[in-house]
Amino acid sequence: MLRRLFGAGIYGFWMTAPSQDVVADLNRRIADLERQLKSAADDNARLWNEAKEALERQTATADILKVIASSPSDVQPVFDAIAASAKSLVGGFSSTVFRFIDGMAHLAAFTPTTPEADEVLKSTFPRPVVHYAPFRMTQAGEVTQVPDTEELRDEIADIGRARGFRSMLFAPLMNKGSSIGFIGVTRVQSGTFADHHVQLLRTFADQAVIAIENARLFEEVQQRTRDLSRSLHELRTAQDRLIQTEKLASLGQLTAGIAHEIKNPLNFVNNFAALSAELTDELNDVLKPAELDAKIRGNVDELTGMLRDNLQRVVQHGKRADSIVKNMLLHSREGSGERRPTDINALVEESLNLAYHGARAEKPQFNVTIERELDPNAGTIDVFPQEITRVLLNLISNGFYAVAKRKAENTEIGFEPVVKATTFGRPDHVEIRIRDNGTGIAPDVKDKMFNPFFTTKPAGEGTGLGLSMSHDIVVKQHGGTIDVLTTPGEFTEFTISLPRTSNLADKSRG
Amino acid sequence: MSVLVLVVDDEPDVEALFRQQFRRDLRSQRFVMDFANSAADALTRVDATSDNSLILILSDINMPGMTGLEMLPKVKEMRPDVPVIMITAYGDADTRRKALEKGASGLLTKPIDFAVLREEIDTRVAQAH
Repeated sequence: MLRRLFGAGIYGFWMTAPSQDVVADLNRRIADLERQLKSAADDNARLWNEAKEALERQTATADILKVIASSPSDVQPVFDAIAASAKSLVGGFSSTVFRFIDGMAHLAAFTPTTPEADEVLKSTFPRPVVHYAPFRMTQAGEVTQVPDTEELRDEIADIGRARGFRSMLFAPLMNKGSSIGFIGVTRVQSGTFADHHVQLLRTFADQAVIAIENARLFEEVQQRTRDLSRSLHELRTAQDRLIQTEKLASLGQLTAGIAHEIKNPLNFVNNFAALSAELTDELNDVLKPAELDAKIRGNVDELTGMLRDNLQRVVQHGKRADSIVKNMLLHSREGSGERRPTDINALVEESLNLAYHGARAEKPQFNVTIERELDPNAGTIDVFPQEITRVLLNLISNGFYAVAKRKAENTEIGFEPVVKATTFGRPDHVEIRIRDNGTGIAPDVKDKMFNPFFTTKPAGEGTGLGLSMSHDIVVKQHGGTIDVLTTPGEFTEFTISLPRTSNLADKSRG
Repeated sequence: MSVLVLVVDDEPDVEALFRQQFRRDLRSQRFVMDFANSAADALTRVDATSDNSLILILSDINMPGMTGLEMLPKVKEMRPDVPVIMITAYGDADTRRKALEKGASGLLTKPIDFAVLREEIDTRVAQAH
């Protein structure tokens, strides 16, 4: 009756002692439930741990990815972060990241332990990979474990002892099927590593490879941009040079054209003036025997005299105009058109001779001492030889003019006009110096002297084109520099610097 | 009959210039000078003088219409015995080569050196006598 009232499993207050079977049955059921509860609790705990580990792994992965994103060109922060994460998550003793570069194993990152142990680690690397056990072990691409370092009879055991660990886990960094490095974690205790730790390290290894690849691509893009930028600059320079060469050519043609046009009428002026001077002399001769009134003869003589003098003046000015035209034609003469390797010393020597003999032919009483100091290292460079010759002729003849002027102006005893040519060969350029001990250049003239049509020579003697052309040829056509040092009353020195190579395959007209 | 030098140049003042330069020779009739102001005109003149009086032709190169170089082979065909000297402002090697190839005996550059020209004429005048 009580049983029915209180249901199964409840023992009554007054002891109607249950049977032995019932107790046993109940006990069994309790034990079952206890087992189930325990099992459920265990499962719970396990799932909880797995979730925790997964979360840890995801967090660590996300953290490393953040480092990769924030440091696209530098892999060091990524390796440092991976080493630190690996060690803390595995609960390890230490962690290292290695890279294999050109057959050598390099220590890329590590977690510090003790100063002495760290020294041991650092001093062992870089070292050749062929003798390095982890390299051999990770070549297959699999994560590898060493549960007990003492079992390996090689240096790893030694290192383990020296550093203080007994077990190791390596995850190789794989790129295109071969190992380019690995991440290693160590533990003080021996034994195998848990699966989730292996998984973790595998993930870190993949991320390290991504980071390396990222950095490489980033650097490639940077390099590509630098190359393109440089190419653009070179193209622009080449374009400028081409324009300049064309300008020089067309200016040359213009000057040549004008000069030729002027030559013709100028020839007639000179010819007829000379003839007319002769004819006035003939007139004089014709009139000599004539019987003329003294006054009339006086007038006639005066008039024929003036006629002859006038005509001689016309001849004289005509000759000046002629030399100006010749000068212009000289400056505008078109070059050979080709840029070619030229022995600089030979060119300087030839220019000196041309200038000297030219000056002597024009004024036989002109005297100057020519000195040369030609550097054997000057060698050969690519230039437009006729143009550089023109520049040198211009500078040398300017030097002649200056020393002649100084000689004429001063009454210094023992003043020796000297023009000196020097060459210097440097690795990437050649210098040519033309120095004269002439009248020098005043500061206000120095500012303007490269301007076209500027000259200090008296009317008819200079075109004012020489230095302007020289500047354009050196600077714009050859990409060089032209500088001047001077002390008024003492000396002037022009320095031309010509680059050895330009990256322009420039065979355009000079 | 006097020997004849024919000068071909489109510039009209060339006649005045030559006549004044050679006034003594012309006055003494050592030779006679004739002037044509175009290549076509010159060819007509050469055709007309089939006798030996023509001893020298002096011709400019740059002329409107037929140039001196174009006229040169034609005149040499007509009178292969008469030397032709070209006169020009352009003394470059290329022009010289072309002139000689076409049959010119020489090339003088402007401004003309009349002393040299006088020598050339003297030589021919001597040969003619």
